[in-house]
Amino acid sequence: MRPFGFERPETLERAAGIVAAREDRAAPPPLSSAQFIAGGTNMADYMKLGVMRPNLLVDIGRLADPGLRRIAASPDGIRLGALVRMSEAEENADIRIGYPVIAESLQQAASQQIRNMASLGGNILQRTRCEYFRDISWACNKRDPGSGCAAMDGFNRQHAVLGVSDRCIATYHGDFAQALIALDASVETQSPRGGRTMAFSELHRLPGETPHVETQLMADELITLIDIPAKPWARRSHYLKIRDRQSYAFAVASVAVVLDLEDGAVRDVRIALGGLATVPWRAQEAEDELKGGPLDERTAGRAAEAAFAGAMPREHNAFKISLGRQALVRALLETRDMRV
Amino acid sequence: MNEAAPLPKGNMGEPVARIDARLKVTGDARYPADLPVRDVAHAVLVTSPIARGRLTQLHTEAARAVPGVLDIIAAGDVDGELERPQFGNSGSTSIAPLHDRRIWHDGQIVALVVAETFEAASEAAALVRADFQAEEPSSGFGSPGIEIIPAAGASPLYPENPEAGDFDAAWATAEISIDETYSTPTQHHNPMELFSTTASWFDGDVTVNESSQNVTGWKNTLARQLKVDPEHVRVVSPYVGGAFGSRGPMTPRTAIIAHAARRLGRPVRCVVTRKQAYTTQTYRAETRHHIRMGAMKDGRIVAFRHEGWELTSRPDNYVVGGTGTTARMYGYGAVETKVSLVKADRNTPSYMRSPPETPYVYALENAMDEMAVALAMDPVEFRRVNDTMTEPIEGKPFSSRSLMECYDQAAEAFGWNRRTRGIGSMRDGDWLVGMGCATAVYPTNVAPCTARVRLTADGRIRVQSGSHEIGTGIRTVAAQMAAERLGAPFWSVEVEMGDSSLPPAPVSGGSTSTASVCSAVMKACDAIRARLFHAAVTANDGPLSGLAPADLGIADGRIVAGARVEAVANAMERMGVGEIEEYAEFAPEGSSADAIANLYKGKLEMRMGEEGAKVKYAFGAEFVEVRIHRLTRETRVSRLVGAFAAGRIMNPRTARSQLMGGMIWGVGCALHEATEMDRHSARYVNTDLQDYLVPVNADIQDVKVILVEEKDTDVNPAGVKGLGELGNVGTPAAVASAVYHATGKRIRDLPIRIEDLL
Repeated sequence: MRPFGFERPETLERAAGIVAAREDRAAPPPLSSAQFIAGGTNMADYMKLGVMRPNLLVDIGRLADPGLRRIAASPDGIRLGALVRMSEAEENADIRIGYPVIAESLQQAASQQIRNMASLGGNILQRTRCEYFRDISWACNKRDPGSGCAAMDGFNRQHAVLGVSDRCIATYHGDFAQALIALDASVETQSPRGGRTMAFSELHRLPGETPHVETQLMADELITLIDIPAKPWARRSHYLKIRDRQSYAFAVASVAVVLDLEDGAVRDVRIALGGLATVPWRAQEAEDELKGGPLDERTAGRAAEAAFAGAMPREHNAFKISLGRQALVRALLETRDMRV
Repeated sequence: MNEAAPLPKGNMGEPVARIDARLKVTGDARYPADLPVRDVAHAVLVTSPIARGRLTQLHTEAARAVPGVLDIIAAGDVDGELERPQFGNSGSTSIAPLHDRRIWHDGQIVALVVAETFEAASEAAALVRADFQAEEPSSGFGSPGIEIIPAAGASPLYPENPEAGDFDAAWATAEISIDETYSTPTQHHNPMELFSTTASWFDGDVTVNESSQNVTGWKNTLARQLKVDPEHVRVVSPYVGGAFGSRGPMTPRTAIIAHAARRLGRPVRCVVTRKQAYTTQTYRAETRHHIRMGAMKDGRIVAFRHEGWELTSRPDNYVVGGTGTTARMYGYGAVETKVSLVKADRNTPSYMRSPPETPYVYALENAMDEMAVALAMDPVEFRRVNDTMTEPIEGKPFSSRSLMECYDQAAEAFGWNRRTRGIGSMRDGDWLVGMGCATAVYPTNVAPCTARVRLTADGRIRVQSGSHEIGTGIRTVAAQMAAERLGAPFWSVEVEMGDSSLPPAPVSGGSTSTASVCSAVMKACDAIRARLFHAAVTANDGPLSGLAPADLGIADGRIVAGARVEAVANAMERMGVGEIEEYAEFAPEGSSADAIANLYKGKLEMRMGEEGAKVKYAFGAEFVEVRIHRLTRETRVSRLVGAFAAGRIMNPRTARSQLMGGMIWGVGCALHEATEMDRHSARYVNTDLQDYLVPVNADIQDVKVILVEEKDTDVNPAGVKGLGELGNVGTPAAVASAVYHATGKRIRDLPIRIEDLL
């Protein structure tokens, strides 16, 4: 393991300030020589593998601001501090009842031990699990910009079919993010330049020409809050995760659905796809297909066709298009049949 | 009843808990890398990122500058100090990573960095830079540049392809035929305990702490490589955290670490990362199969042809060779087999639990299921029609064969009669339910073995044998055997194993240990009995005086003849001894005169199930229920039932555990396990437990193991058929059969994944 420095500031301002004072503060966050660490479940793993090579770790786990650790439910919605642990959120009664898609997405992520450590803010910023990204002996544009992409013509069964570019096909593997997309969540951030709020769906950036630039954040900018607006119909929401085994595995395909049904017709719907795209993916074409009509296997199938109209498979992952469609149909029907 | 400790039926021992159960579940069992070693230095491997070519230059300046680095050993540094490794017997490969600059495979060792701490060694290893002259590699099946050679004769373990009768003529007479191809993927060992070597020298003697299934073999192999007398080498492996063949042959790392310790004048430990174990340890070769099976409408098979292709490395001819078993499985009529090796730029494969049977029986049993469908016969009845007490190759009888008894007991427990025959005819909501079955088989092998048993006057018994507790429960069953033969309570027996300074035992492979070790322990115990009985009957005034030794027995610490008894302690007192110790050498029937001498030299002389006047196999039948979602097509195994007959069952609890573990592994083989290749670079891609999936708790629901009563006095003195490698053999084909029943899709290439069923 490479030697690195370690700082444990007590205030958010100080934490952001440490990074802001560094020479490479303008670098895309994944390449910055200073990295924030909270639960460490992703960062420590990737440092051991040499994927992340920070000179300095800034531990935000001891920041004093209690809002960072709070789950606050109100008639306006629910606000989740960035340092709330995954397991705390999944066990929260307001979330389980009002936003089942969140609880389900968290419960099916990682292992209990990891969920006890991992923060929500870190979870949504987790980096891809692409095998070629995780082993530094392969070429990878995301890890080492400009080095190429070994996955493109390699073994790419788990790779993305949506949102890909000719530089990168790495999948975004998180689960929680899909729930946030489907719930129209937003995130609040802090940096030495002040605070800002952005729609969660705008946080992640498509790989395009610069797969190493993964979000809109700056290196010295921290997520502080996740804000989920009240949506009475979010009680009818569901996360379906299809994987190669029953537990503790990343999604081969996943679907988050939030559904507003009235007399059997779809008044409104939000759909997000996971394990299939390079970023947390909103399937707006599928939503448009469904709105105003009945929801049955036939209409769900039409929506699924629309969701994958632009899919781009590689040698080993073409099945993800048919699986993704089937998963979307199944998730819609299961959500429809929920008793709320 | 406690399901984990089944009540013994006939010819079964007591279901006692393992001697080391508490140690293991409390974390007190010490594995080799846990053993404390004073002043140990830490070593980290540097491996090649290319699969074929030459190492032209190694740049180590930056690595040497890391504080705490003690030594870097690279190509050329072992010349004259270390002999090259050899392939075969106790060696995994002839690839000599620090002797040669040629790169034979991805991840080949190119250097070793030794430092004061693991962290410093890791940091320095990452700074070693290597220049290569890379060449285009062949990754395996279908790649340009591979070489295909006949297996027969390529390895001493596979002299010829078994065959019988005129296949072509018989094939032409068949009324129904199957002509299909099957494949199994590369699979890697992923034991909980990482691979490691720790070597310490003291006064010219070296002790190596490393998980091993063959301490005596390794002692001799290591001595040859280190150029020292075997008397100066000791291999210690008290517990093994997952063996299954991965710790059978010694890999080149062991001698390199021992050499590093000698060179440094200080103990050296190397714990290999999981990723590096994929290329520096061994694995299960991928295989392909072409099966032709011809039958008459009444279900009788008249012609069977099994051709196999197996991947191996360029320099070493590792042969899987499962046709020896598949050719003898049923009463086929004419049989033809052929095996070829496919040589590519890969590391050398080796043993993994039931090495030949797992892939070959998978192919055969999948074909059997296809034939049953083609014949419109129940698959159990189809096997019954072709069951035989005489194997078809040499016409020899089986010493015992309870296959159909296994089928009948398993079928009843499973509820096979509730299965409706139509494809997709069974449903549970949105889940398609499928049921399938297959045969499990494993040859009953046995090997020469020695043991020392000591009985002390206080009634304590000590058993010593250089076998290996690899999780099977061998220490427990050896103790049971000693307790039974010496009429002592189980708790009074201590068992020492896993040390090459003990009387030698064979490699713990081929499911030989229980049969071989128990036969040797039994022999040593019987010698002690003979001495006790002699003392008892020759005493002038003892209660047993004048009786014939053959009329005596021993129980509860007493020598017994009807109502006349004498305490063992009394007899020993009269003999004037504080202890009786006997060393015994057991050589199976048909062994060479040098069998024991060869055992001491680490040369294996295993007697295989096919050898001798009778064929000796253990059989089982496995039934599987799967659930497959009608839309998303993921397969879940909801129930497993297996019934197995394996001669004398020493301990129903440990036997059940082994068989259950095997069946669970079989689920992994069917649905999860596969090492994926990057074909252009001939490199493994999914080299960790995130991407190399094995079943977890949630994947395994209801598993039932039935031990079928069987008695076989021909197999070995202990009457035991090894069952460690029996449980996983039938499962993959049974899963494939159930998947077919649920979906109508016949999957011939493992593993069965979502994409195969969409």
